[in-house]
Amino acid sequence: MEALFAILIGLFFAAAIYLMLSKHTVRILLGIVLLGNGVNLLLFTTGRLTREVPPIIPNGMDALAAGAANPLPQALILTAIVISFSFFAFLLVLTYRAYQELGTDNTDEMRLAEPRDEERPPLGY
Amino acid sequence: MNTLILRTVAPVLTALMLLFSVFVLLRGHNEPGGGFIGGLIAVSALAIYGIAFGVSAVRRAIRFHPMAIAGSGLLLATLSGLISIFAGVPFMSGLWIYPEVLGVEVPLSTVMSFDIGVYLVVVGAITSIALALEQDSEPREVVAEPPPLRAKRPRKPRPKPKVEG
Amino acid sequence: MAANVPALTFIVLFLPVLAAVLAPGLTRFLGDKAAWVLALAPALAFLHFCTFLGEVAAGEVVTGGYAWVPSFNLSFSWFLDGLSLTFALLITGIGTLIVIYSGGYMKGHPDQGRFLAFILLFMGAMLGLVVSDSFLMLFVYWELTSITSFLLIGFDHEREAARRAALQALVVTGGGGLCLLAGLVFLWNITGVTQLSLLVHLENGLRESPFYLATLVLVLAGAFTKSAQFPFHFWLPNAMEAPTPVSAYLHSATMVKAGVYLLMRLNPVMGKTPAWEILLPFFGGITLISGTLLAVRQTDLKLMLAYTTMASLGLLVMLTGFGAPHAVEAAVLYLVAHSLFKGALFMVAGTVDHETGTRDLTKLAGLRTAMPITFGAALLAALSMGGLPLFFGFLAKEEIYAALAAGNPRAVFFTGLAVAGNALMFAIAFAVGLKPFLGPRIETPKHAHEGPVTLWLGPVVLAALGLLATLFSALAHRYVSSPMASAITDQKVTVDIAVMPHVGLPLMLSLITMTLGALVYWRLDTARALMVRALENLGPGPDRGFDRLVCGLVRLSVAITRFVQPGRLEIYITATFILLALTLLVPPLVFGELPGMPAWPQNLLVQEGAFLLIALIGILAVVRATDRLTAIVSLGIQGFAVAVIFLLFGAPDLSFTQFMVETLSVVILALVMTRLRLSPRDHRPVGQMLFDAMVGVACGLGFTLLLMKSVEAPFDNLLTDFFNAYSKTIAHGANVVNVIIVDFRGTDTLGEIAVVMVTGLAVLALIRVRAGKRAGSGEGR
Repeated sequence: MEALFAILIGLFFAAAIYLMLSKHTVRILLGIVLLGNGVNLLLFTTGRLTREVPPIIPNGMDALAAGAANPLPQALILTAIVISFSFFAFLLVLTYRAYQELGTDNTDEMRLAEPRDEERPPLGY
Repeated sequence: MNTLILRTVAPVLTALMLLFSVFVLLRGHNEPGGGFIGGLIAVSALAIYGIAFGVSAVRRAIRFHPMAIAGSGLLLATLSGLISIFAGVPFMSGLWIYPEVLGVEVPLSTVMSFDIGVYLVVVGAITSIALALEQDSEPREVVAEPPPLRAKRPRKPRPKPKVEG
Repeated sequence: MAANVPALTFIVLFLPVLAAVLAPGLTRFLGDKAAWVLALAPALAFLHFCTFLGEVAAGEVVTGGYAWVPSFNLSFSWFLDGLSLTFALLITGIGTLIVIYSGGYMKGHPDQGRFLAFILLFMGAMLGLVVSDSFLMLFVYWELTSITSFLLIGFDHEREAARRAALQALVVTGGGGLCLLAGLVFLWNITGVTQLSLLVHLENGLRESPFYLATLVLVLAGAFTKSAQFPFHFWLPNAMEAPTPVSAYLHSATMVKAGVYLLMRLNPVMGKTPAWEILLPFFGGITLISGTLLAVRQTDLKLMLAYTTMASLGLLVMLTGFGAPHAVEAAVLYLVAHSLFKGALFMVAGTVDHETGTRDLTKLAGLRTAMPITFGAALLAALSMGGLPLFFGFLAKEEIYAALAAGNPRAVFFTGLAVAGNALMFAIAFAVGLKPFLGPRIETPKHAHEGPVTLWLGPVVLAALGLLATLFSALAHRYVSSPMASAITDQKVTVDIAVMPHVGLPLMLSLITMTLGALVYWRLDTARALMVRALENLGPGPDRGFDRLVCGLVRLSVAITRFVQPGRLEIYITATFILLALTLLVPPLVFGELPGMPAWPQNLLVQEGAFLLIALIGILAVVRATDRLTAIVSLGIQGFAVAVIFLLFGAPDLSFTQFMVETLSVVILALVMTRLRLSPRDHRPVGQMLFDAMVGVACGLGFTLLLMKSVEAPFDNLLTDFFNAYSKTIAHGANVVNVIIVDFRGTDTLGEIAVVMVTGLAVLALIRVRAGKRAGSGEGR
């Protein structure tokens, strides 16, 4: 089962990275969303897979039932989902605003910080 | 999306979802749920309301600026952690009290107030993002004349936003 | 006061720094009178160090200090023997006079407070340097002197020449300091001690170590750069851009002697080896000769003095490494004599400059009537520098010749060098100390008259000391020369040379020196013209080389920056992911740690397989999407599929969260995407597409293999068991995931909600910037 997940996760990463290597910010953004999901699944699988029994302690017991899912990766992923969502929202707005201000979504044309013909620093003292 | 059905259903749906979000938040310690999920449900509820009636209606409905809600949530979460100073235990140690309210023992804890803080931060911050985006994609004149709260009269359909650039 | 001497010494060490802090404020209130008050700090320190004279003369060492980082054997500790005490007295004594002198010299300057603060800061650093016991402290103070020197040389920072000189001094001496640090680390590793007081008494080990030569070269790099030895000498003349008090104090009397101090300090443990006795005299000798020759060429008083300072430092290095009896004594005597007369002469040059408006030798003459006191001081100092009888410089020179003159060829060679060097210095001494004052009066840019007491006090005291120290030479030797020489050689040495000339070889050499010197002085203009022509034929020196080096560095860094940061995002991302793929794939391949071939899961349920497939279809659809609607929908498909997968594998919390997030993502995307255009086709050419796909697949494969390998290993239950055991019993929660989030890892969650909050603020700001710019209205509450 883990191997199957490993292959799916590999595909998640491959697709995400392929999209992120594009010059278009919208595609990069889509890639980042996929990457987030891929990482979450990676964490989930690393904690080993179990079926259907959630990590909730039944009434009248002090510990999880046997065969319950591993709670630790779930806790890590839960916050990661929210964080990556807000990160995604931020990047989306950034993309949107960049598109409005610069009129392009091509990263090659966004050269405000590192202009093409930057001046040399002065050689004096 | 500006249909009669949506506008009729939206207030009820929103109210129910908000109620459900609080329920999910409070039961989170023992059942599936918690601040993050509850918060996201509440955001969805507000988003539905916003789609039905516009951004200004949502802003008026929640009374406070969404970032103020988020800020108070962060403050609440931090204070929940700081209470442990007075008990002489490390930062963020969970403290419990069991007062009797109307003959029922109610377990209260800093853990719970912390979770409520998480809920408020998620609600506030993500609502703020959604509203900001929604408002930005609305035509300006609609923003300038906000419909009254619980607007019942049908509005003229919004013009399709144009693609810029 | 015997009760708490260590505490008092500790305070004294920081007294100059304290005065430096007060200097700007005091100057604002008292004007140039503040210098008198500030001079109290070094004066008190001087008196405090004087109280140790008896103890140290009796052969004892004063140590003290406080533990700093005991676990690393680091301490703030000092160590006063004859060597460091003499230096401390020179620094505080001359420092007092310099502070007073600065009050007069910088009178009315708007930044006088800053200047005094820098001078006093330097004093604190220099004092710390010479009394330091621990290596690290020595290094820190060493670099502090470089930094304060940088600040002082560049004091007049509006002139490019000053900025260049400051930077040059910092690069050369600071770079040398780093070499010194490496050398000290070597010393520490070889000997195992971190304190000079322990190091100097070590009997064996260091010289036999295979790393001795490396250590020596590194230490010499530090000392030679600081003490302006050839070929690192070029920064010192340029440092004359600094105001004259700085030149007098840092660049003749104290800082440049730090290198000599270091060599003297290490002489007991590192000296007496062939490498030591070849390298030091060799470089010292070259510096001596080149310094004096370069000095002859100059007409600027300060530059002449600067080059002779360099020559004198060469002489000191040469003597320290010469290895003959009396050589160390000669070095000690010459060091003290030099500090006195050179400090005085620099101050005289400054006074002349200050009062006449020029310091060009050819434009100065006949000042003796206008500036009688300055003339007197200049003459006394020049006599000492020239090495005439009755002056301390004479004693030093006698001792030098006594040490050098011997029958073997090496001694003859170095004696010849010393005679030539001293003769030229004799000529320069009188050119600076006598020539401007003699002859018919030439009109100068400013009308010359005697300076105020602040300007002549320093030179007079220093010049007079040169005379007094000789007249009472027994006293001077007992308290200063003998203890210092003993400290350098690590055995009892008694210096007993007195003013009475003893007929012999040294005296004869002295006479030759004076005759030669007088000859050069008489034909100084001819000699200068000769030197100018000779140097023109030599071509550019290391000073030009420094400019080339700096320009080259700037060009190189520009080229590297352009290579590393071409400004194209996809190149950065590609580089990052190629490196990631290599990191993931190469080690398992090299070390043969690939996971085993996985078996097809036997118990795969239909719905599980179905949702894995849906997720797969979702991501493929995202990659292939040609319009924004397809992209949004397929992004939603894979997200919901992931949510269902979470649900199927026992993570309802994750599942719900993922559902909500996907819903909101779709809503937000739909809101924004109406404005954004997704180009229908990927604009990449086919080759680029294939390459990118390869990078992506390589990374994906790497993660797949990593994950397979890691799940092959047995699962470590430690943390999971911990949370499982305590979730209900201690944290009173049945939902372990939630308990971890809000209780066990609550602080972590606090950080995460803060991130969510900041994101909200950032998005709001991004949206509002435009809203404000466009309409100035229509914003939300």
